[in-house]
Amino acid sequence: MSSRYVTVDGNEAAASVAHRLSEVIAIYPITPASPMGELSDEWSANGKANLWGQVPRIIEMQSEAGAAGAVHGALQAGALTTTFTSSQGLLLMLPDMLKVAGELTPFCMHVAARSIATHALSIFGDHSDVMMARPTGFAMLCSSSVQEAQDLAAVSHTATLKARVPFLHFFDGFRTSHEVSRIEALGDEALRALIGDEDIAAFRDRKLTPDAPVIRGTAQNPDVFFQAREACNSFYDAIPGHVQAAMERFAKLTGRAYRLFDYVGDPNAERVVVLMGSGAEAVRETVAHLNAAGEKVGAVIVRLFRPFDPQAFSGAVPSSAKALAVLDRTKEPGAPGEPLYQDVVTAFAELGRPLRVVGGRYGLSSKEFTPAMVKAVFDELKKDQPKNHFTIGINDDVTRRSLAWDEAFELEPKDVTRAVMYGLGSDGTVSSNKQTIKIIGQEAERCAQGYFVYDSKKSGAITISHLRFGPRPIHSTYLVRSASIVACHYAPLLERHDVLESAAPGASFLLNTHHAPDKAFDYLPREVQQQVLDKRLRFFVIDGFKVAREAGLERYISTVMQVCFFKLSGVLPMEEALEHIRHGVEKAYGKRGSEVVKRNFAAIDAALANLHEAKVPSKLNGALPRPPVVPKEAPDFVQRVTATMMAGKGDLLPVSAFPVDGTWPTGTTQWEKRAIALEIPKWDSAICIQCNKCALICPHAAIRTQLVDPKSLGEAPKSFVTMDFKAKDFGASPSGAPWKYSLQVAPDDCTGCGLCVNVCPARDKVNPRHKAIDMSAIEPLRDAERTNWKFFSGLPYVERTAVAADLKASQFLEPLFEFSGACSGCGETPYIKLVSQLFGDRMLVANATGCTSIYGGNLPTTPWTKNRDGRGPAWANSLFEDNAEFGLGMRLAVEAQEQLAQSLLKQLGSSVGDALVKALLEASQGDEAGIAAQRDRVVELKKKLVGTAGPDAKKLLQLADALVKKSVWIIGGDGWAYDIGYGGLDHVMATGANVNILVLDTEVYSNTGGQASKATPIGAAAKFAAAGKAIGKKDLGLLAMSYGNVYVASVAMGAKDAQTLKALREAESYPGPSLIIAYSHCIAHGYDMERGCEQQKLAVDSGVWPMYRFDPRRIATGEAPLQLDAPPPKTKARDYMKNEGRFRMVGLRDPKRYEELVAAQEEFAARRRAVYEQLAAVHVTREKKEA
Amino acid sequence: MGADLSTTWLGLKLEHPIFPGASPLVDDLDMVRRLEDAGASCITMHSLFEEQLVAEQMAAHRHLDAWTELNAEAQGWFPATADFALGPDTYLEQIRKIREAVRIPVVGSLNGTTPGGWLEYAKLIEQAGAHALELNLYALPSDPQQAAQAIEQEQLLILRKVKAAAKIPVGVKLSPFYSSLPHFARSLEAEGVSGLVLFNRLYQPDIDPESLALSRVLHLSDPSELLLRLRWLAILSARLKVPLACSGGVHETEHALKALMAGASGVQLVSELLKNGPRRITLIRDGLRMWLDEHEYDSVHQLVGSMNLERSPDPSGYERANYVKLLQGYHR
Repeated sequence: MSSRYVTVDGNEAAASVAHRLSEVIAIYPITPASPMGELSDEWSANGKANLWGQVPRIIEMQSEAGAAGAVHGALQAGALTTTFTSSQGLLLMLPDMLKVAGELTPFCMHVAARSIATHALSIFGDHSDVMMARPTGFAMLCSSSVQEAQDLAAVSHTATLKARVPFLHFFDGFRTSHEVSRIEALGDEALRALIGDEDIAAFRDRKLTPDAPVIRGTAQNPDVFFQAREACNSFYDAIPGHVQAAMERFAKLTGRAYRLFDYVGDPNAERVVVLMGSGAEAVRETVAHLNAAGEKVGAVIVRLFRPFDPQAFSGAVPSSAKALAVLDRTKEPGAPGEPLYQDVVTAFAELGRPLRVVGGRYGLSSKEFTPAMVKAVFDELKKDQPKNHFTIGINDDVTRRSLAWDEAFELEPKDVTRAVMYGLGSDGTVSSNKQTIKIIGQEAERCAQGYFVYDSKKSGAITISHLRFGPRPIHSTYLVRSASIVACHYAPLLERHDVLESAAPGASFLLNTHHAPDKAFDYLPREVQQQVLDKRLRFFVIDGFKVAREAGLERYISTVMQVCFFKLSGVLPMEEALEHIRHGVEKAYGKRGSEVVKRNFAAIDAALANLHEAKVPSKLNGALPRPPVVPKEAPDFVQRVTATMMAGKGDLLPVSAFPVDGTWPTGTTQWEKRAIALEIPKWDSAICIQCNKCALICPHAAIRTQLVDPKSLGEAPKSFVTMDFKAKDFGASPSGAPWKYSLQVAPDDCTGCGLCVNVCPARDKVNPRHKAIDMSAIEPLRDAERTNWKFFSGLPYVERTAVAADLKASQFLEPLFEFSGACSGCGETPYIKLVSQLFGDRMLVANATGCTSIYGGNLPTTPWTKNRDGRGPAWANSLFEDNAEFGLGMRLAVEAQEQLAQSLLKQLGSSVGDALVKALLEASQGDEAGIAAQRDRVVELKKKLVGTAGPDAKKLLQLADALVKKSVWIIGGDGWAYDIGYGGLDHVMATGANVNILVLDTEVYSNTGGQASKATPIGAAAKFAAAGKAIGKKDLGLLAMSYGNVYVASVAMGAKDAQTLKALREAESYPGPSLIIAYSHCIAHGYDMERGCEQQKLAVDSGVWPMYRFDPRRIATGEAPLQLDAPPPKTKARDYMKNEGRFRMVGLRDPKRYEELVAAQEEFAARRRAVYEQLAAVHVTREKKEA
Repeated sequence: MGADLSTTWLGLKLEHPIFPGASPLVDDLDMVRRLEDAGASCITMHSLFEEQLVAEQMAAHRHLDAWTELNAEAQGWFPATADFALGPDTYLEQIRKIREAVRIPVVGSLNGTTPGGWLEYAKLIEQAGAHALELNLYALPSDPQQAAQAIEQEQLLILRKVKAAAKIPVGVKLSPFYSSLPHFARSLEAEGVSGLVLFNRLYQPDIDPESLALSRVLHLSDPSELLLRLRWLAILSARLKVPLACSGGVHETEHALKALMAGASGVQLVSELLKNGPRRITLIRDGLRMWLDEHEYDSVHQLVGSMNLERSPDPSGYERANYVKLLQGYHR
């Protein structure tokens, strides 16, 4: 059979098999499995058929639980079905999986194995999720590489049909799911030859049909359940045989042979490692190396993990073996050992084979697993008493379980070209590197591998590409540590990262810089210069941004840098490489039309001419060293732990550095000065009208306004600007002098989005292009603004009690959410920041998983912070699906403690003083003054309690703060509120509990990459709605209103900020559930975020986004609870839709459908408006009580 | 027997001189059929805009392609878009569909400002089935470094390249803003242009004093715009042989009649059709026929140019004196 090579990642490899063998695919997005569903959707959307000529039906569900239910139903009714998932998603599928297995249903699911959230969430890879599926009754087959992800997917689908037991096929998240590699593709003929038609027929015969009715899913009693449960045993006994048979058939068809347990290494090995997953590849390499050095070692690679076949396993372990180390990529606290270890121990015990077996953990959350670590494990096995239950890959300096390893040991062969490239997320580095791998792997018939590391910021994100090219298949499943090419596509990264750490001696160092070849070295930080000299690096420079700009590609330097890579690597003859690059450009962008291709070609042509070898002097030239990662005034924890993580050296931190329970200090983004803006707002006080709209809209709290007591200006830097405060509402400053007003940008925290300038209403009368703030190149401003910001941040905030309820005044409150890693121009964070300003000092936050939890809680630094009194939002993330319930729990706890405190207070009345007790119990805490007064009373109470004897006083002392009103906020996106968390959200609203629910509605799953949600509006293209969504957006607000006791508001800050503020205040003051649905523009909408507010306004003006407040309190006064805050539409939906890529791409693809959807959107909006208008006219007449 | 209404425009023999000018009406195939049913003698496509194509492609590149591979969780934010066209495909497809839907000739239209590779689109338009091509020379010079002559030379080059790319007749739609329109028109004639359309109605932004912003409102034409066209039709038809068409300001039969008298061989309608529908073609054509019959003209040919600079009883009226005389008349 002819072989065909493809360059794909593990997800694509597995999905290509699953799609061809399925009729129904029900999915829900979750990292890192999402691409499998997305690719399937794309293939089906493009009419790609399965093996039997039918286009698989793809259905996106509201959660993985929903997907599993749909899968179960599809299987019952006789459709070949698959699904893809990971981590928490797999957990949600477990109940259905038990059913599917219990009913002996052929089915194969594919899992990109990922950590389960415990002390923290992690999107990265380990086996803790699939281990949770062990008791489901699924067979489990594990792939270790991209090639295997394809091959064993096929084996799984084949075996399940034969065995009738469902299969969970898994491979390591990211390391395999996202590694791009050249593999031998599996053709349709081979698949067809594998799958038994008779097995499919047998499956179909068992389907539910009224033509031959049966009943499944009965309830059984003690008399029969047990026996009936045991009736499946023979099917499980037969599985290993079916799998091995499928593997053998596969080998005949493809030449690639697998066994249930594959052994590699010396046939007479004495020391053997057992493991499964991508780590096996690193073990394989190390074993080969050690064997060559005469060491008697080997490894057993586990393929079929469940059912675990002890005989087959033992048969794979050489009879010469004396000691085994079983490596688990998971942790089960409290267990006698991790699962694979326990299986091995049990197998040997049952077989009576006396071998020394130790267990160890490695690679949790994609922790690196290198040949050096593998060697350390083999070395440990040499000992008489090797350590058991060890860890490898970390330094456990607390319980001393970790093994040490030799960092210097490495196995990179000489004939493999290795490159490491640092880029910014938005510059196209990863895309072009993927292209490069395809060029080399596919077109030049060489083996290639690419793996990409991203940081967790959504703006100014750093990407690190690790590439390998060589003559043989590449098994190195770990990062490149010694590269012959190191490229830095963004020079400022040299200030923050040890870019040249991975440069091998004599390597080429390519830098994208505007400095000339003879000067560039002088501008390198001292440490970098030293590395260039010490490692005798050849130094090359190109002004990539200039080349790209001149070619009309803005900052998209990908093709420019790609050309440079090929030139420096010499991996292909240059002419051939250029031809491939051009071909790649045509393939990637040709669909956009000739212009993009033309400009890229121009950039390619200019790149070579602009690539120069830079002059390297023989010694250092006195350049400055890198600035410290955090300033010395940062807290100790930040210095020791956070800074290390920020510098990209978190791997070096020992166990003792960490909190034991996942509890971290807040307010750490202030120490991470990322300096990613090229332009920042520049203030012209002569024009400013002090409206504070800029501060309100800033997604990063990087532009702030403050009232300044002139007295405190004595030590102000000369460049610090203030102006007279124009309003009278704050009276005089503490010194008695009239207030000054200051507007200040944090130059290193601003992301340069331009939203502030866009909303600024104050224009120069003579030159209206000039506003009170204009975006301006940062370089000339940076130093002065740094000093100004430092001074500004030391100024006291005005008293909260003095701050009026209006919008302008709200911006004199300290933001307690700042400098997050959210996208530049994010539409969500301005709402969160405003909430933090209004209620942050007494706020608990339950945060659903999603964008908000990533920019809100992803280390190294987090944006929720505290004020100078030490108060601020207390934040926690539970899950994606349970957030409303999580927040409700917080509310219940708050109330329980408040009630306990009140009851204790009453009991202690005599010793505390009746007047104080009365005041504390009856305090009105409806405004800032009331809260402040209560806080004062609590201080007084505590003073009294300190001197009071008895256990109750002690208890009350601990609980006294509960007497101050708390504000519970439940925050999440539309994926949570409309889809996966809706059931809980609905229930929480129905409880009547006093919680505030803020839904940041981007109308799409933003965090996982733009999948459609039930909030996606008509006409928008999204993943799983590529042709444009035809069904109207779910009216979450109307559903909530139907309860009658829920405060509901629909807001759009960019359209009417005062309404947002009013809604937030009303919602918080409402003593029951409040729901605020906030329009949030998002990069997933496909336009410049700078124009986010204009689009919000158009959304409201066209009626596409309704703006209203529904306040149940108004019922009591005989008013209609619903108030519409937007007039009838002034403009057409079309005017709104035409500006956004998500709608526009529908029009470009299918103009007729676009027109239909525009009309449908207009009709939908009009109908909704009509309903609201009627509701807004509903007055409930109350019967007057007889006097 | 009625008068002969036939005319020749861009080398095409047309039943009569009234037809729609370049407009979005052609986007809707049903509307195109209605235009034919109403008697339109040919269809003019709206322009394929170089500027728009480029902007559209680069916007998609910037907002869709550039947002990929920057995050561990999201490889991109949009569905894969294998088959969405930002090139001229949709436009060309529409020409093909119109050709299939109607029997009257179809004139393609191409708009660009620089002599670049986009001129190849002329060939694609021809291949899609257009009978002729209207080239829209849209230039809005704002750069003081740019000399009038250089702009004109560039435009002549564009025409030359388009003519080299396509074999179908090529007309040029002009703006009124040339220092010497007759000279430039003659240069175009020398390059072999098959017709000139007077005039392009340039997009004109308005100012919103409240918001200090430019407002983008599409103003439809009104009859006041006709006079400018009449003058230049009269002048150019007297000096050149190339056929002319009037575009802008024609809303009634009488307007069409005047345009023909001033020298137009064809009369384009857009605003009138957008406002009052395709039936206006029927009414204006029939009105024209009736007028010719009533005034005992045999054909439109007799009419075309009968009131131009050369043949009108008082030709000086078209020249500068017109304004002066009007004022004198007022004072009198």
